[in-house]
Amino acid sequence: MITTSTLTTLAATGPGFLSPTGVEIAFLLVGLVTLGAAVVTVTTKQLVHAALWLVVALGGLAVEYLLLTAEFIAWVQVLIYVGSVVVLLLFGLMLTKAPIGRSPDADSGNRPVALAVAVAAAAALVWVVVDAFRTTWIDLDGPVQGATKVTGEILFQHWVLPFEALSVLLLAALVGAIVLSRKNKAAAEAEALTTTAPKKPTTGPKKEQR
Amino acid sequence: MHLAYPAVLAALLFCVGLYGVLARRNAILVLMSVELMLNAVNLNLVAFDVWLRDALHAGQALTLFTIAVAAAEIGIGLAIVLMVHRNRGTSDVDKLRDTAEAAADDDPTDADEDAAPDSPAPKAAEAAA
Amino acid sequence: MTTTTLAVLVPLLPFLGAVAGLLLGRTAPGFVRPLAILPTVAALALAITVAVHQGGGKSIDAATRLTPTGSVPIDLALHIDGFAALVAVLVTVVATCVQVYSTAYLRDDPRYASYAALVSLFTSAMLVVVYSGDLMVLLVGWEIMGICSYFLVGHYWETPEARAASLKAFLVTKLGDVPFLFGLFALAADAGTFRITGILEAVATGGLDHPTLIALLLVAGVAGKSAQFPLHTWLPDAMAGPTPVSALIHAATMVAAGVYFVARLLPVFAASAAAMTVLAVMAAVTMVGSALAALAQDDIKRVLAYSTIGQLGYMTGALAVGDRGAAVFHLLSHGAFKALLFLGAGVIIHAAGTNSLAAMSRMGDLPKRIPDAYWTMTIALLALAAIPPFAGFFSKEAVLVAAEHTALGDSATSPSGAGWIVLIAGLLTALLTAAYATRLWLLAFRGRGPAAPDHGKQPLAMSAVLWVLAVPSLALGLAVGQLAGWFDVTSLTPSVTTAVLGTGVALVGGIMTYASWRALRYKAGTNIPLGAVAAHPDADPATSEEEAIATHQAAYGDIASAPDPGDPGRLLLGPLHRHAATGFHLDALYAALFVRPVKGAAELVRFLDREVVDTYVRAAGTLPRWLGIAVRRAQTGNVQTYLAALLAGSVVLAIAAVLVAAVGA
Repeated sequence: MITTSTLTTLAATGPGFLSPTGVEIAFLLVGLVTLGAAVVTVTTKQLVHAALWLVVALGGLAVEYLLLTAEFIAWVQVLIYVGSVVVLLLFGLMLTKAPIGRSPDADSGNRPVALAVAVAAAAALVWVVVDAFRTTWIDLDGPVQGATKVTGEILFQHWVLPFEALSVLLLAALVGAIVLSRKNKAAAEAEALTTTAPKKPTTGPKKEQR
Repeated sequence: MHLAYPAVLAALLFCVGLYGVLARRNAILVLMSVELMLNAVNLNLVAFDVWLRDALHAGQALTLFTIAVAAAEIGIGLAIVLMVHRNRGTSDVDKLRDTAEAAADDDPTDADEDAAPDSPAPKAAEAAA
Repeated sequence: MTTTTLAVLVPLLPFLGAVAGLLLGRTAPGFVRPLAILPTVAALALAITVAVHQGGGKSIDAATRLTPTGSVPIDLALHIDGFAALVAVLVTVVATCVQVYSTAYLRDDPRYASYAALVSLFTSAMLVVVYSGDLMVLLVGWEIMGICSYFLVGHYWETPEARAASLKAFLVTKLGDVPFLFGLFALAADAGTFRITGILEAVATGGLDHPTLIALLLVAGVAGKSAQFPLHTWLPDAMAGPTPVSALIHAATMVAAGVYFVARLLPVFAASAAAMTVLAVMAAVTMVGSALAALAQDDIKRVLAYSTIGQLGYMTGALAVGDRGAAVFHLLSHGAFKALLFLGAGVIIHAAGTNSLAAMSRMGDLPKRIPDAYWTMTIALLALAAIPPFAGFFSKEAVLVAAEHTALGDSATSPSGAGWIVLIAGLLTALLTAAYATRLWLLAFRGRGPAAPDHGKQPLAMSAVLWVLAVPSLALGLAVGQLAGWFDVTSLTPSVTTAVLGTGVALVGGIMTYASWRALRYKAGTNIPLGAVAAHPDADPATSEEEAIATHQAAYGDIASAPDPGDPGRLLLGPLHRHAATGFHLDALYAALFVRPVKGAAELVRFLDREVVDTYVRAAGTLPRWLGIAVRRAQTGNVQTYLAALLAGSVVLAIAAVLVAAVGA
């Protein structure tokens, strides 16, 4: 824990936990809401509700980004996650004929193990993180670090190449999604011969979303 | 602001997502849990970037990349889930047991059908998730 | 060509004949007979030439060293003295006779080609033993004879008797060969050379450090090869082989090799009085025991086999009293008349269709069917019984004279006790020999009953050979004056005392047997029908013999004896007959002492292997399989379980790492 001790000495000047600032209180409250929404997301028996609670959790996270002065990330979060990913997930739920209402078998038999692993991981992570950053203080004063201007500058000055590479990745993902969603021609013919009611409209909306 | 707040929140979110990945039966819910885990990572990246006042803002740039990659991932993942659902009639993760030792013998019956070229895909997707 | 070249060609020609016979046997059957006979005949001519060149004078020595072979060099060496020259002539004469005889005897045999080749190889190996001047080269011939005897005794391998006999012959002789090999090494280590001349020099200068040990080790090998007590048991069983092979083994090659070897290295044995006494006792036990056993045998060939053992006992006795001239003289004459006896027995077995003396004694007119065999066998049996003036008389008298000299203390080489043992045993055996020779003759040729089946005239190749061999049986004794010059002894002529004694006991034995035979003949109930004859009387002689051997046990209840109340041997031996018929239970004793423990040990090893060792082997297979089954249960196919296990492991590792770091800090 050498890093811990150095970090502690570096940021030993910050105030204690018992006298929180306004930002901290806001962060804490929004964090609690986010966490609660996340927990409901992974425990609810109603599948569509899970997607909606996910919106709450992701939105809460966007607020947290704002509180951390990373405004561009926050808006991107709202746009992509809340706007498209959740919609995509909802489409997926609908297309897979997910049951509306409570479904008793939403959780698999793996649940106790999952709980044990998650709790153990949480305990370990929280312990380590708290032990390491107990006294570390983030100075949020000064220029806004995540302003759109700043982000645009560093993104198109220093991170241009990875950014362009990312576009190739997205293209590949697009092509991959199309290939996966298309029906195999021979299989489709075989299916048309055997069943009179083929399930056609599966791919269209997804492509538009991408 | 104490760094401990975002760090602990990220850790807890991550573990909630972890629980979801391991405990949920529906593949789409598993994907949602994966999104939670990715967002926990993003929160960490942003918080540490702000704390360290990095000149290049590597944390924020990486967060953007992660979001983009997550978007791609969710697209591919959903495509796979849909395909599995179409072929198998189910999107329950624990019913996709083609790699099971005992069941390996009676699988070729449906592998001969239209699932044949795609059958490895769902497993790969679940492993990646 | 020099004499050395001729001598090298003598063993080489039959060897080449054997190789050619084996190679061409299948593709060119027409060449097999010439390839069998011509090299042997050529070897005979060359051996005679070598003998004439050598002339009983100074020994011919020649050696070439192919390559250095370590501390004690091995040379391709020749050492031809009078003994070697004469024994080589005997070997080639008998081998030629056997080859000629076999062409008729096995004329329809499908395996004749390999048989003839093996006989040639056998001859070649014996000639190597005879001419070799180097003990290692001698050993090569010695061992080749062992393996050839295995193959030839097992020629009728369809019958279980032949298989058992060939295996027994091989194993028992091998049992003697192991100490023999040790003896050779010890001898070479002491003398510093494998050359016979060098060893004899070393002995003369007292260079041997362990003469008794070496001599006793060598005696073990000699006992195995020359069928001396207690390793003689293979020889009677080896009668399961074809008759010509028996003639070859008994007369000239295999059994003679042991005696000849001792004769060559007699000074080595003479250096140890203990070894000479052991030889004498061995010879005495062998000759008396085998003569008694011969008197009780029913199979004509087994009678001859035990007689061979007894005559070899005479030779060993002569060596034990330090007279190798007498030993080799008896070897020569015995080789002639024993080859004749065996080949004649082959004719009898073919004509009578049985090998049982009991069955022959119930068969009339046998002498009229086979007059050649009748007359030559009579000559040979007289020679065997040592009746003057036949060859056997002179050679046996030479042995007895030597024993008498030693007994009276005239010998410098061996203790007088050995002389007395050999002399008394020799006289007793002379009586018994005459008895069983007479019994054989009476039962085979003086039978009464239905006439023997007529197979027509016996083949010329078989009859002619008998007469060829009858000549030395009849006349070799007359050459006794010349022969002494070939050997390093002053005289081989019989003395009056032993001649009278020996002939006297022989006549007593013969007359006693005749009297008991006469007495039994006119007694009621002694001529009950008995016996069986071959199923294919008109097939070639070998087939008759094979069938006779295979049916003997079934027809008479025993391989060796028959329940014949008209047998004079039964009357003469009295209660001893039962024991003598089985060779004094020596086979049973060996079975109890060696065979059964070995079989038990084999069972134990088998048990240990199957039940103990295999358990570990099986466990080594089963345990991983159980482990695999256990691990396989984890492969449910449920990806979430896998992932849960993976992450649980990661968490555990991470916590461990943190804890270690915390403790370290």
